[in-house]
Amino acid sequence: MKLNRENKLLIGLCTAAAILMAKLFSIQILDDKYKLSAENNTMVYSTIYPTRGVIHDRYGNILVGNKVAYDLMVTPKEVEPFDTLALCEVLDISPEFVREKMKEFYKNRRRIGYQSVVMMKLIPPETYMKFAEVAYKFPGFRGQARSIREYPFNAGGNLLGYVSEVNTNYMKKHPGEYKPGDYAGMTGIEAARERELRGEKGYNIWLRNSRNKIESRYRDGEMDKEAVPGDDITTTIDARLQHYGQMLMANKVGSLVAIEPSTGEILTLVSSPGIDVDQLANIGQHYKEISTDPYKPMFNRAVQASYPPGSVFKLVNGLIGLEEGVVSTGTLYPCSMGYHFGKNKLGCHAHKSPINFEESIMMSCNAYYCYILRDLLENKKYGSIDEAMDKWNEYVRSFGFGQKLGSDFPSELGGFIPDSKYYNKVYRKGGWKATTVISLSIGQGEIGCTPLHLANLCATIANRGFYYTPHIIKDSDNVTIDPKYKEKNYTMVDTTHFPKVVGGMYRAVNSGYGSGGTASVAAVEGLDICGKTGTAQNPHGHDHSVFICFAPRDNPKIAVAAYVENGGFGATWAAPIASLLTEMYLNGEIGENRKYLEDRILNGDLMDRVRVKK
Amino acid sequence: MRDAGGHRGRGLAKTIDWSLVVCWLVLILIGWANIYASVHATEEGSIFDFASRSGKQFVWMVTAMGIAGLILFVIPPRIYEGAALPIYLAVIGLLVAVIFLGIEVKGSRSWFAFGPIRFQPAEISKISTSLMLAAVMSQLGYKIGRWKDFILTALIILVPMLIIVGQSETGSALVYVGFIFMLYREGLSGWLIFMVGMAILTFILTLTASPFVACLVLVSVASLCICLYSGRFKWWLLICVPLIVLMAFVPSILDSVTASGEALAEGVAEVADGDATGSFVSRIKPLYILLGLVGISLPFVAFQAFRERNMFTHLALISLIGGIILTFSVDFLFNDVLQEHQRKRIEVLLGMKEDPAGVGYNVNQSMIAIGSGGAFGKGYLNGTQTTYGFVPEQSTDFIFCTIGEEWGFAGCAFVILLYVFLIWKIIKNAERSREAFTRIYGYCVACCIFMHLFINIGMTIGLMPVIGIPLPFVSYGGSSLWAFTALLFIFIALNRNERKYF
Repeated sequence: MKLNRENKLLIGLCTAAAILMAKLFSIQILDDKYKLSAENNTMVYSTIYPTRGVIHDRYGNILVGNKVAYDLMVTPKEVEPFDTLALCEVLDISPEFVREKMKEFYKNRRRIGYQSVVMMKLIPPETYMKFAEVAYKFPGFRGQARSIREYPFNAGGNLLGYVSEVNTNYMKKHPGEYKPGDYAGMTGIEAARERELRGEKGYNIWLRNSRNKIESRYRDGEMDKEAVPGDDITTTIDARLQHYGQMLMANKVGSLVAIEPSTGEILTLVSSPGIDVDQLANIGQHYKEISTDPYKPMFNRAVQASYPPGSVFKLVNGLIGLEEGVVSTGTLYPCSMGYHFGKNKLGCHAHKSPINFEESIMMSCNAYYCYILRDLLENKKYGSIDEAMDKWNEYVRSFGFGQKLGSDFPSELGGFIPDSKYYNKVYRKGGWKATTVISLSIGQGEIGCTPLHLANLCATIANRGFYYTPHIIKDSDNVTIDPKYKEKNYTMVDTTHFPKVVGGMYRAVNSGYGSGGTASVAAVEGLDICGKTGTAQNPHGHDHSVFICFAPRDNPKIAVAAYVENGGFGATWAAPIASLLTEMYLNGEIGENRKYLEDRILNGDLMDRVRVKK
Repeated sequence: MRDAGGHRGRGLAKTIDWSLVVCWLVLILIGWANIYASVHATEEGSIFDFASRSGKQFVWMVTAMGIAGLILFVIPPRIYEGAALPIYLAVIGLLVAVIFLGIEVKGSRSWFAFGPIRFQPAEISKISTSLMLAAVMSQLGYKIGRWKDFILTALIILVPMLIIVGQSETGSALVYVGFIFMLYREGLSGWLIFMVGMAILTFILTLTASPFVACLVLVSVASLCICLYSGRFKWWLLICVPLIVLMAFVPSILDSVTASGEALAEGVAEVADGDATGSFVSRIKPLYILLGLVGISLPFVAFQAFRERNMFTHLALISLIGGIILTFSVDFLFNDVLQEHQRKRIEVLLGMKEDPAGVGYNVNQSMIAIGSGGAFGKGYLNGTQTTYGFVPEQSTDFIFCTIGEEWGFAGCAFVILLYVFLIWKIIKNAERSREAFTRIYGYCVACCIFMHLFINIGMTIGLMPVIGIPLPFVSYGGSSLWAFTALLFIFIALNRNERKYF
């Protein structure tokens, strides 16, 4: 081939074509960037939200279910002039609201484009049906079904917890799991089992045009993903009992916890005042009201409050005394209206003297336990009071006090049990002795524990020496609980000492009026309730009323702790409440002779006594 | 065998270059199918729906076939040579008239509107200019090397080109630059093409790098050419190359001297004139050093060339000076002569500015559409980018995106090769013809199609700035299809006419 001008031009032609094809080759075959950009350009993922798992009680009753509510969606581009008043009438809203909204949509019309926006949230189905009948008159408006929570039992908002849209903070704590618009359980059981309940989101893929208008399904939905509904879970809660407990605690501040001792399953967990379940479904609307309530309904007292246990704690000190050998069932101690040391005295109430170990529990003698604690702390066995104090601390902690019990309930707190380090810090080393900390003997002073701790103590005694970590979720088809909830936790006190304490608790309840037993009000014929009252001193106002009990004496079925703030004597409020709950659980009803008591409790109102910061 | 026209000579089947006709037919069918693909989502209906662009294109196709038939069978090919001048003048008249009488479309007045039918005189101006060029240049005694002939030829091209620039249709005017290839074939010095290329390169280098780099490249190229021409290649290697390499490092040397000078100045801050050296060095610009060197050596080279009576060296030196002047006027040309949108398009193309939402949007979306096609495309009517309107002007100037997205690299390569075949065949036929008129006209047709092809496809894949010209035979639009069909079929008719009688 000659290199004449014709051929040179032909070579130029081929070179130009080669340049074009090389560039095409590079962007079509070598570079993936453009394929990804194309997908971002056209594909719109619309999320399909899964229905949340249903929460059952221990018998299969639905505690938390799902129901349908509707969001009213508007596609402003498709709206034609409509009869505002007619729309307001069916939806039961004010014309101002509609005008306001439409004005807002008009203002943002560029951003909205062909998209749909929410005009009204959570319309109940009855209202929506009225709208649906006349929906044809309102082009551009449509309802979008949404699954929301439904609560057949008033089982208490703190126990169940609420579900709400995740915020940035929450998303940061769970990286990669949530996106804006997702819902998650924030408290209570909803939060405890969020992983199982939430299910898996699905999506539809749509193709959109350059003006954001949806054109069609991508590959006819072939690549879409169905949402996977959340797993149902079964709780250990007895829905009816929880409801009853809720009623008993109405208009009182405090909590009520019931545990099945033989399993550690929490039957009832009431924190009062609580969040009403009616507010729970739409927490967003009520959040402000709830969070500014001076009684702090969001605060779950049952697992978070750190209370002095009061005389109930004598059981612990008594058991430690028995184990350490500083006291035996036959030990007699005198009490002359209290325990005298130096010029000081720790007071007690009038009862016979001297008394033995069982009687000390039955009559709740303060002096008796001062002797025991002093003997414990001044025990020659231990080199110093520091050592003795730390031993005592170790004993108490073996009952689960002073630490989180490790239940599966979220936001549990640990309370506080002092040790030598603590007192050395407060009083300096050697600056304190047994009498300095003598109020520990009767569960006062620096001790702090939650109602759950007390219920666990009660279950431990009911079991004669061990407890199962309290928990709120049972094994079910989809959920297997941590094996640690099936392990016995023994205290450092030998199991042989527990029956002695149980005897005292039995006599406290069942000795009859006039005998000196502190909890005669809690006695129920045939149930063999064993209990211990407590009256926790409260420098800020009325004393707190405390009571723990279990029943029946042999093979206990239920262990209850009731803590009523500002309730006064343990026998006044806490004992009736705990015993009524026990009676209801074991008998299914309240006996005729105790109806008066039930009435008094249900109608009792202690809210005035509680000091709140307004 | 006798043909329908009753002419004597060989018949239709043998005289018409059927490969060209088939090429044309395949291209317009590809165009029609892809126009339907690009509008089927927004304009629902069948491909024959006359309300939609694909339906209208069908009408244009049928009428274009009519035009083709008319040119092949009715109009005697002999008349073109004689009619070239009147046609040319008439079209010039139309081009001027449209500025005053035309309707405004996207900022340019280049369309006539007769009711629903719009047409652009610039389209037929390609035909008239080609005919006129063929008529003038095929005359006996015409020599492109002669100044008079060269200027006449240049005027024939420049007059319509400048009028079209006046219509703000710079893109369409750019096509006329393509005639330079035809002029090259007809004997124009190859150096002219080379100089045009160098001018473009200088322009781009000055914008993207610096005037210094542009001048350095100009000096290297000019010195290489001069040395090669006068057989002193060794000379160039031994003297020019080291000098040029040294010059290339001057900016960084100056930088380091300045830096150390400043450090020195800081160290001896107490001494009053301590920073004098620093500021003196920093004031020297590498460009001025280079120009100084050129200025010194220029007279010597020119004198040497004068003694050797070497005309080439003189021209090369003049070109070099012209190039350096161009370097200095780039700022002015770019900022004051070019219009805002043209400036932006060039900036985006050269990567001087990222503007994916503005001017860059078209190119970016177009490259996404083509790039996402992959090797074999997404399948006919399955393109997501073009179907849903992400690519602008997708049935007209950006029709290639639809091909790229739905047919992939394979489809693109097929279309490009089809054009290459078409142009190749036209050139071959032109070369084979005995009449200069046919040959020159054939080259003009090849040049026009080539320029449209390269600029249009280059634009969609980011090789060229966004210049709104159609892809011949494929893009939607009646006047473009008619004009290209006429352009091509006049050549087929001329070619056939020769074969019939020889």
